[in-house]
Amino acid sequence: MSTNSNNEQSGHNEGYNFAYLDEQTKRMIRRSLLKALSIPGYQVPFGSREMPLPYGWGTGGIQVTASVIGPKDRLKVIDQGADDTTNAVSIRRFFQMVADVATTEKVLEASIIQTRHRIPETPLNEGQIIVYQVPTPDPLSKIDPRESETRKMHAYAEYGVMQLTLYEDIARFGHIAKTYDYPVLVNGRHLMSPSPIPKFDNPKMQDNPAIQLYGAGREKRIYAIPPYTTVKSLDFDDHPFSMQSWSGCCSLCGSTTSYLDEVITDDSGGRIFVCSDTDYCNDRQAQLLCDEHSEVQT
Amino acid sequence: MSLRSSHQFSTSPTLKPGLADPIFDAQSVFRAALSANAYPGRRVSIDRALDAPQPLATSTAMLCLSLMDLETPVWLDRQTAAGDVPQWLRFHCGAPLVERAVGARFAIITDTGALPHLNEFYAGEIQYPDRSATLIVQVPSLTEGPTSVWTGPGIRDSASVRISGLPSWFWSDWDVNADHYPLGIDVFFTSGNALVGLPRTIKVEA
Ligand SMILES: [Zn+2]
Repeated sequence: MSTNSNNEQSGHNEGYNFAYLDEQTKRMIRRSLLKALSIPGYQVPFGSREMPLPYGWGTGGIQVTASVIGPKDRLKVIDQGADDTTNAVSIRRFFQMVADVATTEKVLEASIIQTRHRIPETPLNEGQIIVYQVPTPDPLSKIDPRESETRKMHAYAEYGVMQLTLYEDIARFGHIAKTYDYPVLVNGRHLMSPSPIPKFDNPKMQDNPAIQLYGAGREKRIYAIPPYTTVKSLDFDDHPFSMQSWSGCCSLCGSTTSYLDEVITDDSGGRIFVCSDTDYCNDRQAQLLCDEHSEVQT
Repeated sequence: MSLRSSHQFSTSPTLKPGLADPIFDAQSVFRAALSANAYPGRRVSIDRALDAPQPLATSTAMLCLSLMDLETPVWLDRQTAAGDVPQWLRFHCGAPLVERAVGARFAIITDTGALPHLNEFYAGEIQYPDRSATLIVQVPSLTEGPTSVWTGPGIRDSASVRISGLPSWFWSDWDVNADHYPLGIDVFFTSGNALVGLPRTIKVEA
């Protein structure tokens, strides 16, 4: 890829195109994104480019973000719910370098949120864009690895075989074993992988006011869920969809409604549960301190 | 690619300019289009200036410059094709112009009285419905005209939308388009510096 056509008008690192991609590539991805919104949940093929990060590091999500982002944006990047993991830090630095873009850890300050493995606990607003990094875009690829076959299944909404796979779980384990990347039916028509988010997050995709975009770099697909769209997790009348739940609460902020990670605290096997969404947890801890403080004063 | 910077090769001294800031204007216009398509029925304004060629409105011309290139065959209605637009499009976008509506990825309509029926445009393939045409339909007003009620993805409850200048058969053609989902065309209505998105998922009561 050519990296020698600098843009004189922007303040970003010289030697790169703004947001790394050349303008023709951005146009191609932008057209794909518009069609993706017009056919919710349908996988649009796109000409994925080589990125300076390896596959598995969110090259699909990065290309989507790079095609969307501009000087007025503020970017948040999370990995497993945290802003400070290696993957999130690398991607945030990448966009600071190639797009000179403002960043934040606060969900409500961000105009674009790129994510791997979580949807923030704080509800999103209209106009916000969430970009998911997707390793395996087609939920049918485990049933048939040939894209020529899965495209036919999507074309005619032949999703019975997917239902059957889930039902085999029920026959074997008494419940559906899948706990993340749990397939959804979008707008009553297209079967879609939500990316490897926990199924706990699936209900957040439904009727979300924000724009949800999905990019798979290695598999060269883009798809989307428009705001206020029906997103139904596959299930059965006798085995309705259910989310993970915990008997306790977050040891740091006391939340009983967030997704919790188990953390080992010492060598003798002591363990606690804490929020996976660190920004949400930090906010709640700060609020608790604040509340305690004002109680002391009154 | 340096199509935009080689002004000395302009074949007409009156050829109107392209985007003043090719990178950030295109990004800003795309975001307007993304919003319009994500929130159908809402008027989205483009806050960038352009000296557009007749008969294109600013928003129509901005969409062309931001989304079209040598990979997107474009069809123009007779009124649009009559002036400088063909030359302007070839020069700034490198987009091939096609004679038949069915061969186009983008179609530009400025004379809504002569709008072809919607089934004359390409609706995509059953395995690749994303390959369908996107129509840019320039209308006299997006704030006046008959009211229609839109429902579907991107709209909470319903949206009341006023668009002037559409032929009387337009919404019955649109019903047929929706019946072929996931095949179907998508539309941007443009007027002045504003646009309204109408993706194929939207049901309309006119
Ligand atoms: Zn917590």
